[in-house]
Amino acid sequence: MTGARVGIVTFPGSLDDRDAARAVRLSGGDAVPLWHGEADLKGVDAIILPGGFSYGDYLRAGAIARFAPVMDRVVDAARGGMPVLGICNGFQVLCESHLLPGALIRNDHQLFICRDQQLRVENTDTAWTNAFTPGQVITVPLKNGEGGFIAADATLDALEAEGRVVFRYVGGNPNGSARDIAGITNEAGNVVGLMPHPEHAVEAGYGPDGPLGPRTGTDGAEFFVSVLRRVLSAA
Amino acid sequence: MGRIIVEVMPKPELLDPQGKAVAGALPRLGFDQFTAVRQGKLFELTVAGDVTEADLDAAGQAAGTLLSNPIIEDVIRVVEAEQR
Repeated sequence: MTGARVGIVTFPGSLDDRDAARAVRLSGGDAVPLWHGEADLKGVDAIILPGGFSYGDYLRAGAIARFAPVMDRVVDAARGGMPVLGICNGFQVLCESHLLPGALIRNDHQLFICRDQQLRVENTDTAWTNAFTPGQVITVPLKNGEGGFIAADATLDALEAEGRVVFRYVGGNPNGSARDIAGITNEAGNVVGLMPHPEHAVEAGYGPDGPLGPRTGTDGAEFFVSVLRRVLSAA
Repeated sequence: MGRIIVEVMPKPELLDPQGKAVAGALPRLGFDQFTAVRQGKLFELTVAGDVTEADLDAAGQAAGTLLSNPIIEDVIRVVEAEQR
């Protein structure tokens, strides 16, 4: 699956941009670095907003990154149908950008949490989840301090009714997220945001513990396979 | 130089873990009369001259866009600061 170009935005304070680039490369795509200060998407076919602490999480997580020069282009591209994935801090940026509804607030137990997390994939039609099977339970790392997803009840009802809850936490809600929601999508299914980190579960030996043994989990790879498949089928 | 004060608070119906943590610490210092704490943000915006109506309008717009997230926070007040 060569030829698909996936841009990864680096903000000041991004941490997982290189892991996201590695995940794209391992899945067969070309990883293209994008810089927060340049309003230039460099002709990419899809975009990842990675995890980390953009602008030190000052003001609110994602609040300042949302107004970075590159984000105007990202918002336009997302509205035009380009696949965009926000992981952890990237999810927070997507919510602050109003590309996704709701907001992420401090974990209800007030602690930073870092663990392997089970998720149920509830929507396999999005640009980033079409390689999964409906209801599939996957394991990827979770690490956040402000991962509590909240939205107005009417918004939550609409998300559920429209099948826009993409991932739900299984085996315990790690951060107080409403209705165990771990990730959501927009109406068109091209923009997906989630708190857990699929890019850390793409290579045996470096992933979460899996059925084949310690650190063998590679469930996250399907995210990147999904988007390459979507990009190439649209070409 | 004039200053404008913008106050932002988490919405009352939302859990405020920071305020809750502070509330839990107060009794340890002997302050046991406070039944709840909520923690918000206060911004001081400085302008070059005296504060005008247009400055206050602009501050209100900034409060509603960058300084607060209306999904989780309320802008409590946008006022000219008293002279120090």
